[in-house]
Amino acid sequence: MSTVAQKRGLGATLWEYLTTIDHKKIAHLYLIGGGLFFILGGLEAVIIRIQLIKPENDFISAGLYNEMITMHGTTMIFLAAMPIILGIMNAVLPLQIGARDVAFPFLNSLGFWLFMFGGILLNTSWFLGGAPDGGWTSYASFALTSPTHGIDFYVMGLQLAGAGTLMGGINFLATVVNMRAPGMTYMRMPLFTWASFITSVLILFAFPAFTVALFLLMFDRMFGTAFFDVALGGNTVIWQHLFWIFGHPEVYILILPIFGLFSDIFSTFSRKRLFGYTAMVFATMLIAFLGFMVWAHHMFTVGLGPVANSIFAIGTMAIAVPTGIKIFNWLATMWGGSVKINSAMLWALGFIPSFTIGGMTGVMLGSAVADFQYHDTYFVVAHFHYVIVGGTVFGIFAGLHYWWPKMFGRILHEGLGKLTFWTFFIGFHLTFFIQHFLGLMGMPRRYWVFLKGQELDVGNFISTIGAFFMSFAVIVFLINIIITARSEKAPADPWDGRTLEWAISSPPPFYNFEQLPLTRGLDPLWIEKSEGNGKMIPAEPLDDIHMPNNSILPFLMSLGFFIAGFGFIFQTDNKLWYIVLYAGMAFAFVCMFIRSFKDDTGYFVKKEDLEREGE
Amino acid sequence: MSHEDVLNPKSMPHEPEKATLEGKNKFIGLWFFLGGETVLFASLFGTYLALKDSTHNGPSTHDLYELGLVFLMTILLLTSSLTSVYAMYHMKNNDYKKMQLWLAITALLGIGFLACEIYEFSHYIIGEGFTFRSSAFGSAFYALIGFHGGHVLFGLCWLMSLMVRNAKRGLNLYNAPKFNTFSLYWHFIDVVWVFIFTVVYLMGKVG
Amino acid sequence: MKGWMGKLKVFFLLSIVTFFLAGCGKDNLTALVPKGFGAQESMKLIILTTVVMTLVFIVVLILFIVVLLRYRRKKGQEDYIPKQVEGNKTLETVWTVIPIILVLIMAIPTVISTFVLADDSKSKDHLNIEVKGNQYWWHFKYRDEEDPTGKDKNYSIQTSQDLYIPTGEKVYLHMKSNDVIHSFWVPSISGKMDVNPENENTMYIEAYEEGVYWGKCAELCGPSHSLMDFKVIAVSPDEYDKWAKDMQDFDPKQKPEEKVAQEGKELFESKSCIACHAIGNEGSDTGPNLTDFGNRTKYAGVLDPEKDNLVKWITDPESVKPGNEMTGKYPEVSDEEAGKIAEYLMQLKPSDVSPKSASKN
Repeated sequence: MSTVAQKRGLGATLWEYLTTIDHKKIAHLYLIGGGLFFILGGLEAVIIRIQLIKPENDFISAGLYNEMITMHGTTMIFLAAMPIILGIMNAVLPLQIGARDVAFPFLNSLGFWLFMFGGILLNTSWFLGGAPDGGWTSYASFALTSPTHGIDFYVMGLQLAGAGTLMGGINFLATVVNMRAPGMTYMRMPLFTWASFITSVLILFAFPAFTVALFLLMFDRMFGTAFFDVALGGNTVIWQHLFWIFGHPEVYILILPIFGLFSDIFSTFSRKRLFGYTAMVFATMLIAFLGFMVWAHHMFTVGLGPVANSIFAIGTMAIAVPTGIKIFNWLATMWGGSVKINSAMLWALGFIPSFTIGGMTGVMLGSAVADFQYHDTYFVVAHFHYVIVGGTVFGIFAGLHYWWPKMFGRILHEGLGKLTFWTFFIGFHLTFFIQHFLGLMGMPRRYWVFLKGQELDVGNFISTIGAFFMSFAVIVFLINIIITARSEKAPADPWDGRTLEWAISSPPPFYNFEQLPLTRGLDPLWIEKSEGNGKMIPAEPLDDIHMPNNSILPFLMSLGFFIAGFGFIFQTDNKLWYIVLYAGMAFAFVCMFIRSFKDDTGYFVKKEDLEREGE
Repeated sequence: MSHEDVLNPKSMPHEPEKATLEGKNKFIGLWFFLGGETVLFASLFGTYLALKDSTHNGPSTHDLYELGLVFLMTILLLTSSLTSVYAMYHMKNNDYKKMQLWLAITALLGIGFLACEIYEFSHYIIGEGFTFRSSAFGSAFYALIGFHGGHVLFGLCWLMSLMVRNAKRGLNLYNAPKFNTFSLYWHFIDVVWVFIFTVVYLMGKVG
Repeated sequence: MKGWMGKLKVFFLLSIVTFFLAGCGKDNLTALVPKGFGAQESMKLIILTTVVMTLVFIVVLILFIVVLLRYRRKKGQEDYIPKQVEGNKTLETVWTVIPIILVLIMAIPTVISTFVLADDSKSKDHLNIEVKGNQYWWHFKYRDEEDPTGKDKNYSIQTSQDLYIPTGEKVYLHMKSNDVIHSFWVPSISGKMDVNPENENTMYIEAYEEGVYWGKCAELCGPSHSLMDFKVIAVSPDEYDKWAKDMQDFDPKQKPEEKVAQEGKELFESKSCIACHAIGNEGSDTGPNLTDFGNRTKYAGVLDPEKDNLVKWITDPESVKPGNEMTGKYPEVSDEEAGKIAEYLMQLKPSDVSPKSASKN
């Protein structure tokens, strides 16, 4: 039997995706999962905006509104933005360093399924008594008193999803350290790989703090401990510290890979080497490092005292320096280049002014005394949407347009792509620019209604109109995906690319590189093209390729934890739920033992098959 | 070429745990994992330090801790770390029997540690009425020590599955990295305990 | 090319227009027109940082536009390969050093101001008020002048929702929550500070001119978070002294003049309103203190001061403030009974100094 993949039926395809440990297919899963949650989070956003279209509106009730804002934030950050980024990393990072897969393919799959089941668990709360309503930050004290099971779902869902993300982070770290192709030294790695590497460090050091925070909240809510229970000597500020020790790096987890991605896009579409490569790498590291030092700027109003506030204020402003370096290096990359503007590049170009505004307001927020006014108002809402939408979402769209041919073998439709960009771009600024002023005019965030006669009506109305523009843009993008699926196959290198992923077919074969390529400098493919070789020089003779086996265990393990999650949540109502808890856990542990006791040494793709493919 | 041949070479390399790409990946991956674990425990230590005086009229650190028992636990765990080093030494010399023997001793010491901890907890709960619901201090204490104890328990399960699974076959390049990563993990737990011993018990008694 | 730039222009025009349409917001609510010390300190830094960052933004925008105009791939240049530049030390140093200087320009005033606003060493010489955050209302306890630290728990006045302060004077607020975290924010007078359940936070406010200022809760605290409004009523020091004296002299046992109000007072007691709501300085602070209810600018924080609104609030509080703590804590009250209670409450005007005195000039 041939070891090379064959055409399959629907059932077989489904089974293939449930069991796959191929990084490219896991990338597809992440994009589908993240995409679905993105649409869900978007719907929640539209409902929020409709509620705020006029003063004292009663479109939805106060309780439901709090559930909406909580689920919008949580979904967008944990279940949409991060998984989509992880999806792009999965699709691209191994190709960019010339690897055949990631270091731990099995863990990769487990990470995805944990995220997916975590996300589903969180969202089942809508049907099981009410969604979490404590805001995405879920500050203890209010989170402890919330009467429904919502916050319990938040805790269990994010604990699962978080564990999955942590696995993803460790996986990429080990992949980059150990699996770079011959000649691919650290300082020859594309910026996207570098940024993903540094992001993985952030994931590694940030998520455990959140794990602990969730654990403490879980025990307070479900088992009667007193970490945050003031009556028994607990302290709610601990939650804020732990949450933001995780939460601030989390912001950089969302933006750093996007910085890397834009670096690649600017360089490719300007036909120019990235300006100041070394400075870009070190600026990324510096941002990541400082990102761990500034968490308390989310807590200026908590009453930490002037010394702490001053230190964190200065630290926060200092981040502007490496970020500024990046913006100027991107501009310098385009300066003197041959700038081609297509839909991928449009998103990248739109990102520069949008993100700069987000960065500006970020520095302004860093000024502790000014923050006494900004804090927890629509100014903050505007700021973080400028960085997360104007940065991360723009970046995701840019990345999808750029790598779509590599991921799915088709080029997205240009016209529709431009329509998406322009409607989204206009809608985005319409929605969020005005919110800076709404905040300073006295509108705190998370307000179910604003009162009549406070002169907040016009701004909110404009903001809501902008949200409709963005919804339209997303619908156009979805139509684009459907249309593109029927278009013709993309060539291996549609953009005149510079990095290794463009050296193999679109989409690549499941073993990626028949022979590992030899890297001779930064932008390896560009070097070969400019020296007239046109393709990469192999670094090894054609030989059998060792590949790992597919496995259903990651899916089953995650399912076990998912089931146990319900046990944890509902055992406070009825002790019988302990049965579900133990059953789920036992099921997951049995899967883990099977994994330990059944050797999985993979298989070989035979040299002869590879030769036949090549013909 | 079959995979069996690759994993069972005629002469074992000096560092069998890092001879294959999978082995190297496991090695580096575990190191990264321990980096994350450090943050996990740092967060728990932070919580403990913030709440250790919030005793809510219940027993305080001075009332509870008995250094004798904790000292014994420290000895047990430190020794087990040493014995796991011996095991790895024999692995590198391809002396499988001796490796298994030292791992067994490691497991016994670990079980001894866990038994002491269970005794300590039951003494607090039954003898002193001090549970994780008593006060914020109680919650923080059991969270930190319990998390560590959970790690020991997990390590023991891991070790024993490894030993049972590989009891009837010798060392090869497939299982050597597994033994090695376990040993790294075990050292880490030991280091965390040293901090617990100092920060929780000694400072709780002296400070 | 033209179309692209055109769209950009339209967008910028649009955002400028919206800005002017929106203006600076409602007077005495907006932070953009500061009328107190804290708000002014914040405003100085808001302006400083905005100016500095706008300069940076303009530089970025100019470079950006030049790049788009000059280096766009034009027809006939499809095969043009630009020079592969690695970097430029001088340029890179310039755009590292200048931002560092800019950061210093913003950081130093920030630090100074942070320390100024956190200085509560002189609180003993001023008015000290304890602020208690509760799910969806605010309680204010004025410490006795002899007891500025609050050690002996001597309070000269207790009131809720409307906080009276003298203008031109620092007033120290000692804030703590009775349930979940809230945040005290009077945008026109001062930036916000959290009201935590476990520790007391102190801030001071100073209003420059008389007025009724909107206050808001700025930390998500439950379904009615957005309805947890309060007022700061800044009156002249003389008027404040008069108000304080009137409040202290008020006798809660005093019978109302009107018969309906008298019946209301009896109902207020028999329907166990009094179990939570104190009138006068003594009594429970489980619910808002109603001593000067007749002078409130809003009922329940958000309703216009009309009898019908008050009746609605008494008979069905849940419809006004979802998740409030009053619902279900008292026997059923008919509309007629509620009307009588309303009459009683609305005539509670212990002082001539009222919000009207503050908005007079």
